[in-house]
Amino acid sequence: MKRVYVQEKWCLACHLCEYACAFANSGQKDMSKALKGVKINPRIKIEERDNISFAVNCRHCEEPLCQKSCISGAISVKDCGVHIDQNKCVGCYTCVLACPYGAIMPADGGKVMQKCELCTANGGQPACVAACPNRAIVFEER
Amino acid sequence: MQKEGQIRIPAGCAISSIFSKSGKRIDGSQIVRSIKIMHDRSNGLGGGFAGYGIYPEYKNAYAFHVFYDSTEAKNQCEDFLDRHFDIINLSKIPIRKNPNITDEPLIWRYFVNPLPTKLADSQLDEQEYVVRSVVHVNDQMEGAYIFSSGKNMGVFKACGYPEDVGDFYRLEEYEGYSWTAHGRYPTNTPGWWGGAHPFALLDKTIVHNGEISSYDANRRYIEMYGYRCNLMTDTEVITYIVDYLVRKQGLSLSEMSNVIAAPFWSTISRKDPEEKERLSYLRNAFASLLITGPFSILLGFEGGLLALNDRLKLRSMVVGEKGDMVYIASEEAAIRVIEPDVERIWSPRGGEPVIVTLDHLRR
Amino acid sequence: MAVDFFYPEYEIVRDPNRCIACRVCERQCSNKVHSYDEDTGKMVCDDSKCVNCHRCVALCPTRALKIVPSGDTFKTNSNWTANYMKEIYRQANSGGVLLSSMGNPEAFPVYWDKMLINASQVTNPSIDPLREPMETRTFLGKKPTGIERDMNGRLVPNLEPQLELSLPILFGGMSYGAISYNAHECLARAAEAVGTFYNTGEGGLHKDFYKYGKNTIVQVASGRFGVHKDYLNAGAAIEIKIGQGAKPGIGGHLPGLKIVGDISQTRMIPMGSDAISPAPHHDIYSIEDLHQLVYSLKEATDYKKPVIVKIAAVHNVAAIASGVARSGADIIAIDGFRGGTGAAPTRIRDNVGIPIELALAAVDQRLRDEGIRGNISIICGGSIRNSTDVIKAIALGADAVYIATAALLALGCHLCRSCHTGNCNWGIATQKPELVKRLNTDVGTERLINLLHAWEHEITEIMGGMGINSIEALRGNRLMLRGIGLTDRELAILGIKHAGE
Repeated sequence: MKRVYVQEKWCLACHLCEYACAFANSGQKDMSKALKGVKINPRIKIEERDNISFAVNCRHCEEPLCQKSCISGAISVKDCGVHIDQNKCVGCYTCVLACPYGAIMPADGGKVMQKCELCTANGGQPACVAACPNRAIVFEER
Repeated sequence: MQKEGQIRIPAGCAISSIFSKSGKRIDGSQIVRSIKIMHDRSNGLGGGFAGYGIYPEYKNAYAFHVFYDSTEAKNQCEDFLDRHFDIINLSKIPIRKNPNITDEPLIWRYFVNPLPTKLADSQLDEQEYVVRSVVHVNDQMEGAYIFSSGKNMGVFKACGYPEDVGDFYRLEEYEGYSWTAHGRYPTNTPGWWGGAHPFALLDKTIVHNGEISSYDANRRYIEMYGYRCNLMTDTEVITYIVDYLVRKQGLSLSEMSNVIAAPFWSTISRKDPEEKERLSYLRNAFASLLITGPFSILLGFEGGLLALNDRLKLRSMVVGEKGDMVYIASEEAAIRVIEPDVERIWSPRGGEPVIVTLDHLRR
Repeated sequence: MAVDFFYPEYEIVRDPNRCIACRVCERQCSNKVHSYDEDTGKMVCDDSKCVNCHRCVALCPTRALKIVPSGDTFKTNSNWTANYMKEIYRQANSGGVLLSSMGNPEAFPVYWDKMLINASQVTNPSIDPLREPMETRTFLGKKPTGIERDMNGRLVPNLEPQLELSLPILFGGMSYGAISYNAHECLARAAEAVGTFYNTGEGGLHKDFYKYGKNTIVQVASGRFGVHKDYLNAGAAIEIKIGQGAKPGIGGHLPGLKIVGDISQTRMIPMGSDAISPAPHHDIYSIEDLHQLVYSLKEATDYKKPVIVKIAAVHNVAAIASGVARSGADIIAIDGFRGGTGAAPTRIRDNVGIPIELALAAVDQRLRDEGIRGNISIICGGSIRNSTDVIKAIALGADAVYIATAALLALGCHLCRSCHTGNCNWGIATQKPELVKRLNTDVGTERLINLLHAWEHEITEIMGGMGINSIEALRGNRLMLRGIGLTDRELAILGIKHAGE
């Protein structure tokens, strides 16, 4: 399965992936309109300290701990990765605690959880990958 | 309007040749008939012939055919020839008036040998001495042009359709074992006889159909070796390249063909290692003498004839055989008109030379 | 002092309706132009620090930024232009030599743009490169003066060492130090992938890059930085750098600031010390000395590698080239006055040397007049900007061209001409690790390969149009060129006719 991989060597901590993610999942057509004055809540996040940085998002584990921990059956593994059904999510935060990567977080409002869905709902080509100026984020089969 | 030598004039053409491997002498009327059938490939602005074995009585002397614009030019040139050569015989070249051939220059023929003392002083070999003398006259003497300079052979050329040129020079009165012919279709009006083909240097004559795209690359390279491309024609530069590669460098005719119509690198890479090395060497060592663009050439030389197409075969050329006779022409019709029962007929591939020589020379 | 104040030359225009304050401009600007105002929640910028490298413009996700000339002007004067005035203020303040980077930007004639290329019509067919072979393979090196045969009459391959290129384009010399490790890696990998060569410049060869040796030209310059026997033998050819088009007559200067870590090791000089190459090679004070250095290098490499001599295009270039051709060198590289540099005195860069087109034409003709064109191959460089520049150079007589600025542009350079500051935002002319990593070597390598392939496509297409199917038939083929708007004198030097003739 194709996944998003991050090459720490080339990550510049420019944070463009975060904004691309927030925009892609905003449902808006114009980035300025979508993100102006908004505190973004992206599904990919840059971790950085000193000169080391890398982006983190859902690893789409083959046996995801989040799925095992989900009390409402909202998280499932599909052909295209780990999926969270926000209609079923009861907002118990168990998955947030279970994910070893910190890749699941509350959606805006905090009532349901969100995670990287590989932009399957946004045209299929992950927005973070397209936005990375140094090809540090790649979408490939490994 | 600028004439040949002042401007480069591209030309399309017809070529034809007859060769007897047994050395049988054929009179000039045959080659005239062959080239005549391709009348439409010329436009009346140049035609010419080369015959080999036509001067057996003077076979050890260089036969110079010269155009003069004036008697002053003639006097000046003869004075030069006198000082450098032993002139065995001189005469006007016999002609027959033809209504389609006009404005002829003075046309003279000299049978000469280098003066032994001058030759020794020059520290040149005999051929180089002759070449330099010819180049000197053509380059330095206004109104004098030596257009044929080999032994036991001669070039006959003029402005006009080739069949009229043949008639004008009374070619039926000459007999040779090898003939080449050319009908010219220049895309400009030179009006100058020297610009017609064949182009000759010593015993080598070239008739050529095509327009080479590598012209200036070839010219500027070959001029490093003492040649002067005054006519700015493809034929001239090809002649010099052949002379340089064969006479000066000592390449064989087929090696020379591998230089001027070199195989593609992709073809070379498929050859066995030894052949690959040989072809790569020739291509690299003489890279600037690769000729590109369309051409079919007939190279006449003492005892033989070479036919070669450019490597893409962008010009037609057909070879026919019957008994000891070999015919090569732009069109099959030009062969069948003189030998309807031709036995074998084929189109040589681009870049693959066809070389025929007299039987007794091969043994 | 107030007199030293310059209103910024460029102004950063930010569209407040578009800016989302993502701060990528701030994070990506090594010159610290942009900042975020916590109080207003808005981005602000200091135009005076901007070098106009376009990093922020290129990365801004909402296209909220553009850079425009600020428009501030002194009283207009055609003689005392704003630049000349500012330079005086600057020098009156510092007492120093003005420094600049990259090639001469002044409005001298660009002869490439005054030459037009021929094409076949009717009398001679054009050739379609999609259907027929079209050859760009090029060999650089001496041609034999005569053939030799063995006892059986077979030709002996008596060629001196040659460089074989898949197309007549090489990457010109740029030292490790002037440009980054990553930039060097891109050049080396692209040269290997395409089948051509890159050039180390005068900074030695990093040990990691010895593996690209068969596609490397190692340079020996007057400073002899990083030169040792293994280095000489690591490359496919050795280039003696006599001069550089951007700064003929003077040596290079790499500030100690850039002599860090591996660079100091590769150059074999102490960390932090300025790398100053002498103006001349102190073992070459005349042409006979060059002959000795050429043969010393050949001795050191067992006569297996061609030796290139690189000179700047100066007034007497044809005679110098003739001397070089007789020095035993196999290839001469001529660098025109628009060639790039990591740092050069402004006055020299903009006023010394001559255009490469004229130099190339003069050298090629001189070598032919002397009958020694076959002794030596010619590489020309100094602002080859596109595939038609390549074609025109070859038609004038070059065997191949060096591209360097064009290669850097492919890697992301935006010609802000601030290489000497060491703050290159594109990760090219810098040694700061956080900036160097901005050049992803996979991406850079790919882009260089793309550029060469794109040019190759264009070259073969135009060659086909001329009815030429092999690059050697274009070399020195000046009938394929016509001048436009040139004087008789210029045409005579270029050896071409005017359009319409």
